[in-house]
Amino acid sequence: MDLIGYENYFWLSTALFSIGILGILIRRNMIILLMCIEIMLNAANLMFIAFAYKWGNMDGHIFVFFSMLVAAAEAAVGLALMVLIYRKFKTVDISYLDKLKF
Amino acid sequence: MNHLLVVLVVFSPLVGFLINGILGKKLPEKLSGALGTLAVLISFVSSILLWNHVSIHGGFETVLFNWLAIDTLVLDFGFRVDALSIWMMLIISGIGTLIHLYSIGYMHGDKGFSRFFAYLNLFVFSMFLLVMGNNLVVLFFGWEGVGLCSYLLIGFWYHNVAYGHAARKAFIMNRIGDLGLLLGIFLIFKVFGTLHLATIAELASANLVQPQIINWITFLLFIGAMGKSAQIPLFTWLPDAMAGPTPVSALIHAATMVTAGIYLVVRNANLYQIATLTTQIILIIGLATSILAALIGLYQNDIKKVLAYSTVSQLGLMFVALGVGAYSTAMFHLTTHAFFKALLFLGAGSVIHAMGGEQNISFMGGLKNKIKTTHITFLIGTLAIIGFPLFSGFFSKDEILEKVFEYSPIAWGFTLFSAALTAIYMLRLYFVVFLGNFRGSETQKANLHESPISMTLPLMILALLSLFGGVLNLPHFLPENMSQFLSHWIASIPSMQFMAPSSHEHHLSQTIIFGLMGLAIVLVLVLLFLVYRFYASRQFNILPNQSRFSKLGENKFFVDEIYNHLFVKQIESRSEFLYKVFEKKAVKPFIMLFPRIFGQLGKVFQRVQDGNVENYLLYFVLGIISFILLILL
Repeated sequence: MDLIGYENYFWLSTALFSIGILGILIRRNMIILLMCIEIMLNAANLMFIAFAYKWGNMDGHIFVFFSMLVAAAEAAVGLALMVLIYRKFKTVDISYLDKLKF
Repeated sequence: MNHLLVVLVVFSPLVGFLINGILGKKLPEKLSGALGTLAVLISFVSSILLWNHVSIHGGFETVLFNWLAIDTLVLDFGFRVDALSIWMMLIISGIGTLIHLYSIGYMHGDKGFSRFFAYLNLFVFSMFLLVMGNNLVVLFFGWEGVGLCSYLLIGFWYHNVAYGHAARKAFIMNRIGDLGLLLGIFLIFKVFGTLHLATIAELASANLVQPQIINWITFLLFIGAMGKSAQIPLFTWLPDAMAGPTPVSALIHAATMVTAGIYLVVRNANLYQIATLTTQIILIIGLATSILAALIGLYQNDIKKVLAYSTVSQLGLMFVALGVGAYSTAMFHLTTHAFFKALLFLGAGSVIHAMGGEQNISFMGGLKNKIKTTHITFLIGTLAIIGFPLFSGFFSKDEILEKVFEYSPIAWGFTLFSAALTAIYMLRLYFVVFLGNFRGSETQKANLHESPISMTLPLMILALLSLFGGVLNLPHFLPENMSQFLSHWIASIPSMQFMAPSSHEHHLSQTIIFGLMGLAIVLVLVLLFLVYRFYASRQFNILPNQSRFSKLGENKFFVDEIYNHLFVKQIESRSEFLYKVFEKKAVKPFIMLFPRIFGQLGKVFQRVQDGNVENYLLYFVLGIISFILLILL
């Protein structure tokens, strides 16, 4: 760890987060969107770890465990939803799913 | 014990009001009426017990709670029970009880029966605050309360639009007077630094304040009295107030509320003693009111209107007495007037009841044998008001005449003229209603009936009071221990000792006093004879009178029309100008500018909200980026 300065982790985390946001903004495929959300989540996790390292504090690690747990649950629910949506509409393109709009 | 009695006097009518006001519609008529009457009866009994205490130990004050304290202004919600206020309390609760009793019969079957009793009880409560308050603010509280109740009761039958207008007229004219009273209270606080009535009286007798300021204070208070006691120029509301049920006219617009102005002046007698200019104004206004109202009363054909103008005229006489500094005499006339005018109004109510709602005296006549009790009591009331010897009105009116003669023989002449007019219009009323032949319709004739006992009993009691009320203040030439009871009684208040008859030197010799009295007696008897002959020659009919003066009288000297032209029309035209030019051309366009601007802005920005989640997300991200840039730069 010492070989790589923690600033680099910040930059990496920021880059991952930006990629995630950009993906959400420009893509329409729901599977991709879910992946982008995961990327953003993990960017945040990475930032937690980096700061925990920087300040020599274990709180960040605890948070990451929690958020990983939540992310696993979220992925399971999200994928299940997507399977159901595909069965009903035969598509995973989010722009077609506007039945509730008025 | 005394504290408890005072609380009982004041708050039992309030409790009656709350019960009748909240539960009224669910209570049966009998219970509702009994509750209302009982509430006032409790006050009456407590007042008698308090009277006993006051006559032995003198007056006292009692404080319920501290109302408010602002800097130097410390106000208690306190009551003062002394010779003057206990006198008023007995009149209010005594006559009030009788009139409540009468109302049970009179209002029988009315849809608003319990509402009526609720209002009457609220009125009695406010009246107690007015006469018992130990400072001017409690007094003012009561003053406004009775004004409100007067408004509510005049407009009691609110389905009739004209009655509603009469109620509003009474309220608005009273407000004009109230403004004067309020300004007077402000000025008193500025000058004396207190609103406590007893302290003001003390400070006033110390003669520390310039007479001119005292003149202003007393004049402003008198404006309040003008409104409440219906004096020129604020008298036109009282005749219109007859729109209310007859017991209301008897209680509020004859016996109690309208005498509040007299009470106010007597209560502040120490101020009025110094204010020579104001008392002269009071004398002139009282005389003018008394004569004008009596002249109008001569030409009215509505039984209640005649009595209303008579009330205005008699109140004028009381102010005449106040104007010449005869405070206890004014209180005496107030008392006897409360007896006989309440009697006359209740008698008129009984007549109206018998006639099935008819109020025009030209359709009455010959009621003498049809409604005997009402006839006899009404006759007693009439004899009392015209000052027939040994009736109560004779003593009080004679005392006023004597005091006025002492002050100025010219004023005496006018007062005597007014008293003569009183005799004429009251005798005319009596003759036309009770003698001659019946002139109403056949159905009315068939339905003529005497009122129930709950209505005739108060009539009989009031008739006794009107007969013997004179003993309250017998003339001073009688032995000391039996004469001038009321004057001695009121002079027992330390600050009002100057009213004691003994301290007052009699400038008039015995011969003149007896001469004046004899003159008054002869005048009444001659008028009785002349008016009887006049109406007997016409079979007691009212014939249309074509003279120009009678037209003036019938139209009430066009006072209402003059006011309408002078004030109402002027204000209306100004309001219309302001509405059409200022409101429509300036205010409205300016105010409407803002909604228009924001409306246009809204139209621009509503495009942003298109319901597309991706776009919202984009704005969100753009926002964050701009924040980050803002921080970095």
